[in-house]
Amino acid sequence: MDFAGDHFSLFDLPAAFRIDSALLDRRYIELQSQVHPDRFASSGESARRLSEQWATRVNEAYQTLRKPLPRARYLLHLAQHDIGSENNTAMPTDFLVEQMEWREAVAEARAAGDHHELEHLHHRLQRELAARQEEIAALLDDQHDLEQAADRVRRLMFQEKLLSEIDDAIAAGEE
Amino acid sequence: MALLQIAEPGESTPPHQHRLAVGIDLGTTNSLVATVRSGLAVVLSDDLGRPLLPSVVRYLADGHAEVGYEAQARQADDPRNTIVSVKRFMGRGLRDIANHEGLPYVFDDRPGMLRLHTMAGTKSPVEVSADILRVLRQRAEAALAGPLVAAVITVPAYFDDAQRQATKDAARLAGLPLIRLLNEPTAAAVAYGLDNAAEGIYAVYDLGGGTFDISILRLTRGVFEVLATGGDSALGGDDFDHRIFCWILETAGLRPLSVEDARMLLTRAREAKEYLSFHGMAPINARLNSGEVVDLTLSTETFAEITRTLLAKTMQPVKKALRDAGLSIGDVKGVVMVGGATRMPQVQRAVGDFFRQEPLNNLDPDKVVAIGAAMQANLLAGNGRAGDDWLLLDVIPLSLGIETMGGLVEKIIPRNSTIPTARAQEFTTFRDGQTALAVHVVQGERELVSDCRSLARFELHGIPPLVAGAARIRVSFQVDADGLLAVSAREQTSGAAASIVVKPSYGLSDDEIALMLKDSLLHVRADAALRALKESQVDAQRLLEAVRTALASDGELLSDDERARVEAGMLRLKGAAGSDNRRQIMLAMDDLEADTKEFAARRMDKSIRQAFAGRNISDIEAAALPARSEEVQ
Repeated sequence: MDFAGDHFSLFDLPAAFRIDSALLDRRYIELQSQVHPDRFASSGESARRLSEQWATRVNEAYQTLRKPLPRARYLLHLAQHDIGSENNTAMPTDFLVEQMEWREAVAEARAAGDHHELEHLHHRLQRELAARQEEIAALLDDQHDLEQAADRVRRLMFQEKLLSEIDDAIAAGEE
Repeated sequence: MALLQIAEPGESTPPHQHRLAVGIDLGTTNSLVATVRSGLAVVLSDDLGRPLLPSVVRYLADGHAEVGYEAQARQADDPRNTIVSVKRFMGRGLRDIANHEGLPYVFDDRPGMLRLHTMAGTKSPVEVSADILRVLRQRAEAALAGPLVAAVITVPAYFDDAQRQATKDAARLAGLPLIRLLNEPTAAAVAYGLDNAAEGIYAVYDLGGGTFDISILRLTRGVFEVLATGGDSALGGDDFDHRIFCWILETAGLRPLSVEDARMLLTRAREAKEYLSFHGMAPINARLNSGEVVDLTLSTETFAEITRTLLAKTMQPVKKALRDAGLSIGDVKGVVMVGGATRMPQVQRAVGDFFRQEPLNNLDPDKVVAIGAAMQANLLAGNGRAGDDWLLLDVIPLSLGIETMGGLVEKIIPRNSTIPTARAQEFTTFRDGQTALAVHVVQGERELVSDCRSLARFELHGIPPLVAGAARIRVSFQVDADGLLAVSAREQTSGAAASIVVKPSYGLSDDEIALMLKDSLLHVRADAALRALKESQVDAQRLLEAVRTALASDGELLSDDERARVEAGMLRLKGAAGSDNRRQIMLAMDDLEADTKEFAARRMDKSIRQAFAGRNISDIEAAALPARSEEVQ
């Protein structure tokens, strides 16, 4: 078994976007149960250092695979198709226009202190995110179209950033 | 020692190898020490049967320190030399302390951490805390009849790196064999969860004397997973006292007070607060040195009214933590109340109203943290019994980052990341021919450096002179299981990469600690050399025992030659440990450590392989259930 291998093989999972999250969770716990520094708290220097390195590695792998966006980026990275810097890409105009409209809607709702509208936008965007993820799953796992997948992943990055801005606005309204 | 201690099924530590381990709750108001005895966690009391040690230290002219009840009784007579709530000063500068003008101390503002001028000289908050810890260590060693092998000290989950490092330094100064800093709410969750076999999402609301923490945990079959944490490291029961104090001044129309009178009224305020947890009205009577007389009655309603904003202040982090965990109130199965300040009825009510359920109070809120810490110390020391095992997955409370152009913060490790964790980021130069780069490490959530806590600054030299933007400087952050950060930076393009490692230390250098150690040993007039010898003998025994266990369970991982070498090393260490030559013991330990390094690596590989092998069975079980794929349908 190759422990220096990729994150998927660490958890003994197929390298695919569609993932069995319950299995991932369970294997994460199984691995941490073996390597966590608490298991080696009264051991010597080298065992403690080794354990810290392993536990760090397991955490990193888990964080990467747990959520769709980092998982998709990681799959593209494994296929040597890095999507590059977050702003060096020319997005299609219609997508950018759509994003501007979204941003205006969020800004308006925030300025008006319209909590209800912000919640509504949050849910609408979440539905779009779910659809986007399905699109990415098909492109990565079924059609193996890396070019298109990278494009969708870039869009997903825009959308997730927008979602966190909406959440910040909701949070600011609660305080 | 370079060996892994993984208990095989059905295998446990023989009773004679029970290692003396304690859990310490170093609180703002009170501190406690607990241990596990015959499988049961108990708080160790003093000679008079009192479990709490007031976190109060009074310094005398002869250099001695009174700690606990004795010091507490004198705080109104000698407020300048009697340090209460020192936890609020740990890892803090003077400008971080709210209302410090109202405190009776003579402060010395130093970069990193403030100091206090006392009759016994200038004291760092670390030294004051160490004086408290020393009393607890002695109490434990007397009760357990032997030197401690392992100690776990709890810290507020919301403590930042500076506060954690200061606590670790205090442990070192007090001669405690610290093996882990544990977050207080996590310790409480361990005590509560193991006691009640709890499963599901739990919130721990921990309002102590000077700190507030909220942690959201998921408890599943022996795994305690912290999903999010939040809080305020300068909000606690003390602030409720202060509100009563201000109410007294206002209602009684008192003129500015002497430090002695102020200290006495603060004590009356605290007493009134405690009285109101069990009564509807509290009388407040005092005769001041100025001749003025205070005769007031505080009702529960008025108390609730004057502290409403404080309670509201605790609810913001609660909301934020829930949001960070991606959960809502309805997901929370139980709310565990921790800290003496949660005895106040208005706190119980506010938490109950917010979570729409009765908070859980079935463990003593003063003791639950120390109990959990003792359980964890017992486990970490290797005293755990087979099958009686659990895993804690904790997080860092605040994001870590570095300063970039324009005083902005680039976050490198986001808050609520599970520890241990590491992350690296590449930066570049902004001037042609730039050969040095200043790295400023900060902690906090705000975008501007000036709004975050500065942890460390260092410079990376030896960058090859290139055009702006060509150099590749990789800055790596590593956070260990204590939540402590180490930072390194390296230039990537040059063959001769420059590299530096910093362990942020906040005003206390290793030299300063060494000096304090020497001073403190002079004061207790202990035979320092003898103590150090005893400690290394204990360490040597521990190492020998671990190697023996390792050989017994995994000896087949070594060739005959390798095994012979290890056994020879053990023999040498055994011989050295019987002598009174500390240097020789240390050398023999280093040798054995080196000889077993490769063995440790092989054992780690074996245990990971076992984690994989164990899957075959669980996978068959899982196959009977419909495969779940949450994110993609």
